[in-house]
Amino acid sequence: MNTEAQGAAAPMLDQPADRGGRAQPMLIAQGLKRYFPIRGGLLNRRVAEVKAVDDVSFTVLKGETLGVVGESGCGKSTLARLLMHLLVMDAGSLIFDGDPVGTEQGLSLRDLRRNLQMVFQDSYSSLNPRLPIEESIAYSPRVHGMERGQAKRIARELLQRVGLRPEYFGGRYPHELSGGQKQRVNIARALALNPRMLILDEAVSALDKSVEAQVLNLLGELKREFNLTYMFISHDLHVVQYISDRVMVMYLGQVVEFGPVDTIYAQPRHPYTAALLECRLVVDPAGRIDTPPLVGDPPNPINPPSGCRFRTRCPHAETVCERTVPALGAWNGNTAAHLVACHMAHPGSGHSRAAPAPVVH
Amino acid sequence: MGAMAPRPLVEVRDLQVSFVSREATVSAVNGVSFTVMPGEVLCIIGESGSGKTVTMRSLLRLHPPRRTVIRGHMRVGDHDILALSERAMNQVRGAVISMVFQEPMTALDPVYTIGDQIAETVIRHEGGSRRAAMARALELLNLVKVPSPERRLRAYPHELSGGLRQRAMIALALSCRPSLLLADEPTTALDATVQIQVLIMLRRLQEEFGMGVIFVTHDLGVAAQIADKVAVMYAGRIIEYGSVADVLLRPAHPYTLGLLSSTVHGQTRDAEIEAIPGSPPDLRALPPGCSFAPRCRFAVPPCTAAFPPTALAGLDHAASCLQIEAVRGAVPAHADA
Ligand SMILES: Nc1ncnc2c1ncn2[C@@H]1O[C@H](COP(=O)(O)OP(=O)(O)OP(=O)(O)O)[C@@H](O)[C@H]1O
Ligand SMILES: Nc1ncnc2c1ncn2[C@@H]1O[C@H](COP(=O)(O)OP(=O)(O)OP(=O)(O)O)[C@@H](O)[C@H]1O
Ligand SMILES: [Mg+2]
Ligand SMILES: [Mg+2]
Repeated sequence: MNTEAQGAAAPMLDQPADRGGRAQPMLIAQGLKRYFPIRGGLLNRRVAEVKAVDDVSFTVLKGETLGVVGESGCGKSTLARLLMHLLVMDAGSLIFDGDPVGTEQGLSLRDLRRNLQMVFQDSYSSLNPRLPIEESIAYSPRVHGMERGQAKRIARELLQRVGLRPEYFGGRYPHELSGGQKQRVNIARALALNPRMLILDEAVSALDKSVEAQVLNLLGELKREFNLTYMFISHDLHVVQYISDRVMVMYLGQVVEFGPVDTIYAQPRHPYTAALLECRLVVDPAGRIDTPPLVGDPPNPINPPSGCRFRTRCPHAETVCERTVPALGAWNGNTAAHLVACHMAHPGSGHSRAAPAPVVH
Repeated sequence: MGAMAPRPLVEVRDLQVSFVSREATVSAVNGVSFTVMPGEVLCIIGESGSGKTVTMRSLLRLHPPRRTVIRGHMRVGDHDILALSERAMNQVRGAVISMVFQEPMTALDPVYTIGDQIAETVIRHEGGSRRAAMARALELLNLVKVPSPERRLRAYPHELSGGLRQRAMIALALSCRPSLLLADEPTTALDATVQIQVLIMLRRLQEEFGMGVIFVTHDLGVAAQIADKVAVMYAGRIIEYGSVADVLLRPAHPYTLGLLSSTVHGQTRDAEIEAIPGSPPDLRALPPGCSFAPRCRFAVPPCTAAFPPTALAGLDHAASCLQIEAVRGAVPAHADA
């Protein structure tokens, strides 16, 4: 981070350099896979597996906020933990700002952590209950070799920055804070290494509306001030629309739609995205929903349906959906900015609603 | 209210609940009064820690008796809740009043199947044979639209998805045809597509049974979807009450207005959300005046002198605020349509 903006403040760790330049995506994920084994039987053998993340590829651009939505259990948190390398991936690769992660010549895990940090979904349990919050925040800089007093000064500055007066709050333990205050501590802790990118997993979901608004505003300020890139995972479709530049929609371990936020919200191309958006509630009793846009529960991820995984709940399902897995691709040959995995969107797929295959001369 | 008005199903008068410990006394509920008519859905909304859950649990007398001081009057049907013996209260729980919790695993016993749990409740309250009780359990799972209900009767709670568990818990809560259902954020843990299914189902069952419902949520969209009346709580008091349309579209209390403007809803990106500044008061030492005054942009000196009396903002619409007119002037015009 540049020294002007620092003023007389305690010097933080330098923000890792922008190595790839503006056009280089911050993060490129390719073919990520993670199956969780389910053990059982007499010998506790692997009897099945949950396909939590199943061949997921996407990019996050520098300075953008990528929103991630999808049903509970569709693999959002697992994906986040794979990106953080908190979970080992079964397959796939990650390129951070042009450097492959975890290979000989690439970025080490330690370097990745300096660049990429995460605020966890279960933030209530992610702070050490026996440490005053100031020390929880100072912990990472200490591990990265910063001298004790210095790490503490940074922790106190970050507390101030997230709106908690260090002289009141610094010495408190997690149980002495409200939910919103704890979430601010988690954000401060994630910023302590001065990273370039943050993954926020349901970071505001447990908060009530007035605190949620405070935390969202704070995230906006911090993003501008520290030039951050966000991946923002949430159930709340209104919040995702507000905060995101692009949106990724997941269903049962896979990406079903990806594109600029306004395009996705105005013209969803995947029937799941469309149904999800129809479930948004409005703060007006005249706008009540009388029939559920989507019925049933998501299928079991242990034994997902063949072909398109959404077909068992899809009003447009046809034979092709059962037989062939739809690829994630530009719809109707439109721009590659808007990707969708649905046979209806792909010319010549064999679905009765798809455009005919283009004639090749 | 005319002389012919029917008798409310629930009548709560000046409820006060405090928790006493060696270190401090927490005044969680500070004089709450409300009524619920039969067949009516009252939503309680409000800040985290404002006393919503404590109010609901008081109706079932679920607080630790030694450490809790409850004052006031609560009537549900013909039962004077605070006057009942522990035995009579046990009969009321489940049969007259039942509760759906935020986290279904706290209400469902992990070691019994769904069918066993429902049947057991039916037998305990209504007697009858096990076979009849099982038949009733099946009927209930059908009612709450659990797919393949015969199979699910034999399932353990952990074998069901979140949405199915929530439905199983609602089935359990309805098993003795209660006249009052208490639902504490029953859909918060569900995702959008399942949440709307559960809300629509609850509304339909409630109409079918003519049940009264008190529904706690902090999602204003959920309140708009399900409520007839809305009560807004702040620091242990109801500070606004009215029809769902009045409270959500024509708010009269500054806190309600703040809650509405801080709800993310199609704001333009890059514009800040209008958050309420500051944080809620310390319930161990409440100030004498309006508890919201320190955060209120409409506050005038009398606000901090004494708690403001309840003032009418319309027919059956009331708020505890000295500045209702000023708040009214600040409500965005489109909301008044
Ligand atoms: N450690 C684990 N062992 C086995 N299964 C797991 C494990 N972690 C997650 N799963 C399963 O993997 C799937 C994806 O879980 P994940 O937590 O990533 O979902 P999610 O999209 O974050 O859901 P939510 O919106 O509820 O947070 C689920 O079916 C879950 O039960
Ligand atoms: N058994 C208890 N002992 C002491 N304090 C309690 C007890 N139960 C609740 N409280 C306190 O009473 C206050 C009101 O709590 P309550 O659970 O009713 O809040 P709420 O409005 O339901 O909030 P949320 O939206 O977070 O669920 C809180 O400050 C809480 O800490
Ligand atoms: Mg998750
Ligand atoms: Mg509560």
